[in-house]
Amino acid sequence: MTDTLTIPSRPRAFRPATTEPTVVKGALIALCLAVLTVLLFAPLIAVFEEALRRGWAFALASLSEPDAQSAIWLTLTVAAIVVPLNAAFGIAAAWAITKFDWRGKAWVFTLIDLPFSVSPVVAGLLFVLMFGANSALGAWLVASGFPIVFAVPGIVLATLFITFPFVARELIPVMLEQGRAEEEAALTLGASGWRTFFTVTLPNIRWALLYGVLLCNARAMGEFGAVAVVSGKIRGQTTTMPLMIEMFYNEYLSVAAFTMAGVLALLAFVTLTLKTALEWRYADQLAATHRH
Amino acid sequence: MTARPFTLRNPTPMPGWGLSFGIMVTMLSVIVLVPMGVLLWRGFVGFGAGGMWEVVNRPRVWSALELSFRAALIASLFNLVFGVILAWVLVRYRFPGKRLIDAAVDLPFALPTAVAGIALTAIYAPNGVFGSVIQDTFGIRVAYTELGIWIALIFVGLPFVVRTVQPVIEEIDRETEEASATLGASRLRTVTHVVLPMLAPAALTGFALALARSVGEYGSVIFIAGNLPNVTEIAPLLIVIRLEEFDYDGAVAIAIAMLTISFALLLAINLIQIWSRRRMGAV
Repeated sequence: MTDTLTIPSRPRAFRPATTEPTVVKGALIALCLAVLTVLLFAPLIAVFEEALRRGWAFALASLSEPDAQSAIWLTLTVAAIVVPLNAAFGIAAAWAITKFDWRGKAWVFTLIDLPFSVSPVVAGLLFVLMFGANSALGAWLVASGFPIVFAVPGIVLATLFITFPFVARELIPVMLEQGRAEEEAALTLGASGWRTFFTVTLPNIRWALLYGVLLCNARAMGEFGAVAVVSGKIRGQTTTMPLMIEMFYNEYLSVAAFTMAGVLALLAFVTLTLKTALEWRYADQLAATHRH
Repeated sequence: MTARPFTLRNPTPMPGWGLSFGIMVTMLSVIVLVPMGVLLWRGFVGFGAGGMWEVVNRPRVWSALELSFRAALIASLFNLVFGVILAWVLVRYRFPGKRLIDAAVDLPFALPTAVAGIALTAIYAPNGVFGSVIQDTFGIRVAYTELGIWIALIFVGLPFVVRTVQPVIEEIDRETEEASATLGASRLRTVTHVVLPMLAPAALTGFALALARSVGEYGSVIFIAGNLPNVTEIAPLLIVIRLEEFDYDGAVAIAIAMLTISFALLLAINLIQIWSRRRMGAV
């Protein structure tokens, strides 16, 4: 038996100390892909598969029914009211919080975030309690022909509550980072307040504003729980698209339910695409947590 | 002289204080504060703490509250662990389709909950793609059981931890990990003793957000849950049922119970976070 020096045919690949072994890497990537497939991608495929089970024509026909049409219009109307109001609030709150020194900022900041920790159902309940026929105010409103609950204003209020923090949360960190120097320079040069806002502030925050508006819109169009409670689900009158999905689904109109779900899923694609595009192109003008 | 709250500290040339502060306070009051105040007033003054306790202290309500918080905790714990792994994979590794995956993580934010609810039910129902396979191989039903609620809540809370942890991983200085390796720590030890403690505060923030979201979740759960009283009936559903019975006091009592438990949990997480920051000696 002779001692032979065994030389490995190939030197072992060098692995930096700050990375994991290839096996671990592969396993972790596989795990992530598996979980995301089972949780995210499969349901998404299922929506379109179920919608097109009986062909395109059948699916599209279900969308042209009067109830479906009025649900689509209502959802668009509610979003068209809620999103601008939310944007106005977000800009005002961010301006007051970032451009001035005052005590109580931290409190206001917490209160703006409060709707995130309240169940959508409770959000709906709040407005039923305030404006429902069981309260004095609600009874008077119904009597004077301006009902809020089981009508469009209630849906708008509940959606405003649910989406309340969206725009403000995007703008406040960005405007804090940008400081006040540019606005102060504009004012020193004699610009009016509004001119300063439109020519200096707004261009600086436009992408962050769009980002917030995008998320706000997605949530406003998709909100279910809060709207379900305040709307009364009157067919053709107070039924938004998500509520219509539930109605179709409970009536075993599977194709109609999944077709409407497919429309909202397409909207979600658009939202994600625009959002990702903003994150890639205008990362430097968004809140730090979205830069990746 | 200390400044009074909600008044300007220093004179400033910046315009729009009255307008912006006015809009902010008005909308905050009309949309959030007054409605919340009405709920609390209706519960504590109108109905009374004793009456509310009587509503809540019944087996059906207790089991709904217990189910909501148990399922939310389980789903958020899953999302805590998986979210850190996914954030790590997305920041540190290269693989085809990575940017697509990164963008897809936000799908639960963009997809309406009712859509998620019927889609998850379609595949996890006993006759669905995954539901039938799982039932045949393990004999477990997913949809219309508590397991289905977990899946819906995991879906809803998925992005939170990923999105809070991702920026922190990006900013980790590799030199810290190198130092640990130089001192003889194995990679595993470096990860558990150096990297994970740095991620803890952000991961906890994400966990709290996911928990708050999934405790109150309604839209995606009711389709997949089966909604059997005492078994798979979540607390938000019970509020809806009480409202449909025009039992406003009952709905208010359950809502206040939910809010109280949520805020207690969020406060506890906040305290853990402060403790973990202090332990890290960070800012």
